[in-house]
Amino acid sequence: MSVLSDPDVLQRISDATCTAVRDAEIFLPGDVKDRLKHALEVESSPVAKQELANILENICLAEERSAPLCQDTGIPVIYVTIPSSVAWSGEMEEAVYEGIRTATREIPLRPNLVDPLNRENTQTNTGLSMPPVHVKAGDRFTITVLPKGAGSENVSDIRMMNPSEKGLIPKFIVETMLTAGGRPCPPVILGVGIGGTFDIAASLAKEALLEPVDAMSPCEQEICDQVNRLGIGPMGLGGDTTCLAVKVKTAGCHTASLPVAVNIQCWAARRATVEVAL
Amino acid sequence: MKHLKTPLGDEILDLKAGEVVTLSGVVYTARDEAHIKILESGFPFDPKGAVLYHCGPVIQDNQIVVAGPTTSARMNNLTGFMLDSGVRGLVGKGGMSSKVRDELKGKAVYFAFTGGCANLAAARMTLTGVHYADLGMAEAVWEIKLDKLPLTVAMDAHGGDLFAVVEEHAHEVFQGMYPTSTTEI
Repeated sequence: MSVLSDPDVLQRISDATCTAVRDAEIFLPGDVKDRLKHALEVESSPVAKQELANILENICLAEERSAPLCQDTGIPVIYVTIPSSVAWSGEMEEAVYEGIRTATREIPLRPNLVDPLNRENTQTNTGLSMPPVHVKAGDRFTITVLPKGAGSENVSDIRMMNPSEKGLIPKFIVETMLTAGGRPCPPVILGVGIGGTFDIAASLAKEALLEPVDAMSPCEQEICDQVNRLGIGPMGLGGDTTCLAVKVKTAGCHTASLPVAVNIQCWAARRATVEVAL
Repeated sequence: MKHLKTPLGDEILDLKAGEVVTLSGVVYTARDEAHIKILESGFPFDPKGAVLYHCGPVIQDNQIVVAGPTTSARMNNLTGFMLDSGVRGLVGKGGMSSKVRDELKGKAVYFAFTGGCANLAAARMTLTGVHYADLGMAEAVWEIKLDKLPLTVAMDAHGGDLFAVVEEHAHEVFQGMYPTSTTEI
């Protein structure tokens, strides 16, 4: 196993991170755009049609103007895959942070990261043990950025259920969106984490938001349909589409536990992956 | 579709919650700090027929970079005075309280603008001035000329409230789906 710490590789990690942040902030992924276009095609409410048309026009304008899709440019959550021939190092993590700082200056991004108690802003979107960098083994060396806005994060929820309450999982997911209403800027994507530990369930729910939204399992589809029956609609103004997709990820858990987390994602479901050349 | 122009007059009394309209002419951005400043020091513009936009824009070199709506509910307790002073329109996201719904009656309407659509907003805007600039970029009162910004009348001047109707309906549907008496184990 080689430890790559020469400046060239670290620079390439920074550059890849910066590019991934830029791509994520400006260009909405094609599968999300397709779901939004489909929502407009099937929508019956004139108000909801207007809201969806505004969203689609905004997506085009962001690309034309090379500007972030939304003024809440979020916290850039980072996922790294790394081949077994490379060892992850503290220098590499620092290189990722450097890429975020560059992106924050150059795009520019709103500095969103503050101390939780005195609310002082770090101005760089890095620092104070943030943002998280999740590292996993993979075939290629890639950096994925998921910028997460606060409006939808603030109405996400987690529940430690009893193992006997398995049948109540769909109810909990639908109820989370009922309580959230128009606040997370629907139409939303619901990332669901089932199992693991208290912290793993929340992590799984966020990771589920990296999944493409062009296909759902029958179970995910059923929950998505239930959420849409609530009629909350785009921006909470009523309509046929409240939820573009439900994505579920699971992990093993303690025999006495059933953790369930729901991470709500606004329509601006931003994510981008860039490969680091070795 | 009705095309409204500021300053607004009695034509707004004909608007109904759920109508899609466009708005043109000058509006004034106002978030929490601007509301407090106006309450203390007065209006830096003529409030008669004026429209307040709940928004903290990003301005660079006298140009509007992005200017999406912020959550209006934060201004719930600061709005009555504005409406008493002649303000006839509010633009924001997420709707406002039942108290504001009552305060709007016979006076003004609340328009919803699509959350996150910061580029669409900026593309339909020209910056024409600034007041209380000392409050900082996000909180200052920016004078912005709109060119047919697409809006939804979410709360009208007669107690109509689209957000409240949608929320009530959603709760009814949920009760039907998951009656409280059932245990689904």
